[in-house]
Amino acid sequence: MAIQAKELTKDYQFGFSDIDVSVFRTAKGLSPEVVASISQHKDEPEWMLKFRLKALDHFRKRPMPTWGADLSGLDFENIYYYVKPVEEMSRSWDDVPDSIKQTFDRLGIPQAERQFLAGVSAQYDSEVVYHSIREDLEKQGVLFSDCDTGLREHEELFRKYFGTVIPPNDNKFAALNSAVWSGGSFVYVPKGVKVDIPLQAYFRINSDNMGQFERTLIIADEGSSVHYIEGCTAPNYSSDSLHSAVVELIAHKGAKIRYTTIQNWSDNVYNLVTKRAIANENATVEWIDGNLGSKVTMKYPSVYLMGEGAHAEVMSAAFAGNGQHQDAGSKAIHVAPNTTSNIVSRSISKGTGRTSYRGHIKVLPKAHNVKVSVRCDALLLDEESRSDTYPYMDIDNPDVTIGHEASVSKVGEDQIFYLTSRGITEQDATALIVNGFFEPFVKELPMEYAVELNRLLALSMEGAIG
Amino acid sequence: MSQEVLSISGLRATVEGKEILKGVDLQVAQGEIHALMGPNGSGKSTLAYTLMGHPKYVVTGGSVTFGGEDLLPLTADARARLGLFLCFQYPTAIPGVSTVNFLRAALRAQGKEMPAREFLNRLSTEMKELKIDESFRSRYINDGFSGGEKKRMEILQLAMLRPKLAILDETDSGLDVDALRTVADGVMRLCGPDMGVLVITHYPRILEHLHPDRVHVLHDGRVVTSGGADLARQIEREGYEPILGTAVAATA
Repeated sequence: MAIQAKELTKDYQFGFSDIDVSVFRTAKGLSPEVVASISQHKDEPEWMLKFRLKALDHFRKRPMPTWGADLSGLDFENIYYYVKPVEEMSRSWDDVPDSIKQTFDRLGIPQAERQFLAGVSAQYDSEVVYHSIREDLEKQGVLFSDCDTGLREHEELFRKYFGTVIPPNDNKFAALNSAVWSGGSFVYVPKGVKVDIPLQAYFRINSDNMGQFERTLIIADEGSSVHYIEGCTAPNYSSDSLHSAVVELIAHKGAKIRYTTIQNWSDNVYNLVTKRAIANENATVEWIDGNLGSKVTMKYPSVYLMGEGAHAEVMSAAFAGNGQHQDAGSKAIHVAPNTTSNIVSRSISKGTGRTSYRGHIKVLPKAHNVKVSVRCDALLLDEESRSDTYPYMDIDNPDVTIGHEASVSKVGEDQIFYLTSRGITEQDATALIVNGFFEPFVKELPMEYAVELNRLLALSMEGAIG
Repeated sequence: MSQEVLSISGLRATVEGKEILKGVDLQVAQGEIHALMGPNGSGKSTLAYTLMGHPKYVVTGGSVTFGGEDLLPLTADARARLGLFLCFQYPTAIPGVSTVNFLRAALRAQGKEMPAREFLNRLSTEMKELKIDESFRSRYINDGFSGGEKKRMEILQLAMLRPKLAILDETDSGLDVDALRTVADGVMRLCGPDMGVLVITHYPRILEHLHPDRVHVLHDGRVVTSGGADLARQIEREGYEPILGTAVAATA
């Protein structure tokens, strides 16, 4: 077993760890004192401290969920819940410490891209260290900051929406995040403003035994639109690490939010994320969600279709390598009439990897003329690979059109032979097939992410051929 | 000495434990067009797959050289890189992999990569010749193609990859008269001193377009007779029976 674990980690390209430059961290484990100390350190208003403590209470009362992936390896007492890497927020790149810059260099984020993009909010440990907002965004009244700044500088707006989509008592891990959250992004797009450049954030865990509990809140006001992108890659550590984020989206009347994620956690990370959106009248919410790496991922981006004519789009891709379990899926809750949802899931299992699709479609009694389409396809690369589908449907209105298709397939010998007969090596042929399988997902990604994902998949294929 | 590109001698092969090829002898000289005919079940397609190196086809005896090199120890991709090409009877769909990406990957693998502009120009030209719509560039390879479209796509790959020897495995099957002409014209345009063809068929019709230098008849896993183009005409007139009758009698 130990040998196998070593095998798994050795080819993890981003498995490096820079010198820990942390300047403040709470004691290991979880207690009201730890929570209070986080809040105090951030100089938060009283209501937030109360919110956190109440959430901690919920967390302690909730049992561990047992309906999904195996979480028995999690030890909540062996985790730092808050680490603050630098004293002050850096607004200029020059102010960012060199060791942190090196980390970004090794992640391969090109300098040109940093300047080109609207704002790069790079989360290093629990705190945002670098943050820039392009001037034209500011002129349009778009707010884009880390969540702590959002709370400090726009408290009224922040408080109006914070925790309204995912209340602290929603589930155990949402409660945990609510108690110890730190960092993440806060975005507000005013009425009618269309943000044409994607807002991006890079996240990174970089401290042994440190959980990352970022909190993202995005509000798109009436008739506005925004595309938010987060990409993650984590360094490799020997002991288990926990990532438990909460992402709340609110799309007001006629607004559109697209939220793109590519996560590539190192294979010791428990990635337990709650993502949920509210789509009001004629609003559109799109989750584009790619999950690679991690030990266990449980993530089901959801959309509550609250207003007539609202539309939800969820496109997810998961890759489970040796020893990994990707338990992912999606939820669409149709509350209002004439709402539509389209869910597409693609997953690949390699070696002893396991993927699960877990979906929930709910249509409430008043939601007539609802259209739902669910399609999930799984590809198995090896004999021992595994994939399961758990589709749940609660339909309380007869006036609904639902399409559900699911397939599980294996990489065929004939496909490999066809490609190799053109001179392509077996390994490259497998990578082509795998990339092709993810193509419907990849083509939704901005170019640089598409390239990176294809590269990561190709790396994951190395050694796939005996 | 000989300018043979392909030399098969005493080739035996099994599929799932059953012997299909029972000692095939066949020589194809550089730049020649050879036809391999024979009734259903004679082993024609097995020979094609065996030559290309499909893992299901197990060689149990004999030898094959290609361009002077021993072909049999090589994997399919290595055989392709030596310049062997198989036009599939039933090409496989690869969803998500576009024609353009697939062709670029194949050219790169064979060390025949060219600048993007040149590649696209050539692709455009070849597609026009084969009457393939431009939209097929971004279509996923063979995914949802009709039988005729798949065959044209095979010839397009042939045209882009320019192998030393192309094996056409029943490329004519399922084609209407016009499609057959397009495909055959495509092959004729490509073959010459640098590219030979081994066309496998049981209908002589395609041979009217391809004008083979030699015609071989395969029966029960062996080449039982060889001749010129008139052998194909005789088969068209009289069927296989008279030929096989004498051949089988001769070997019995």
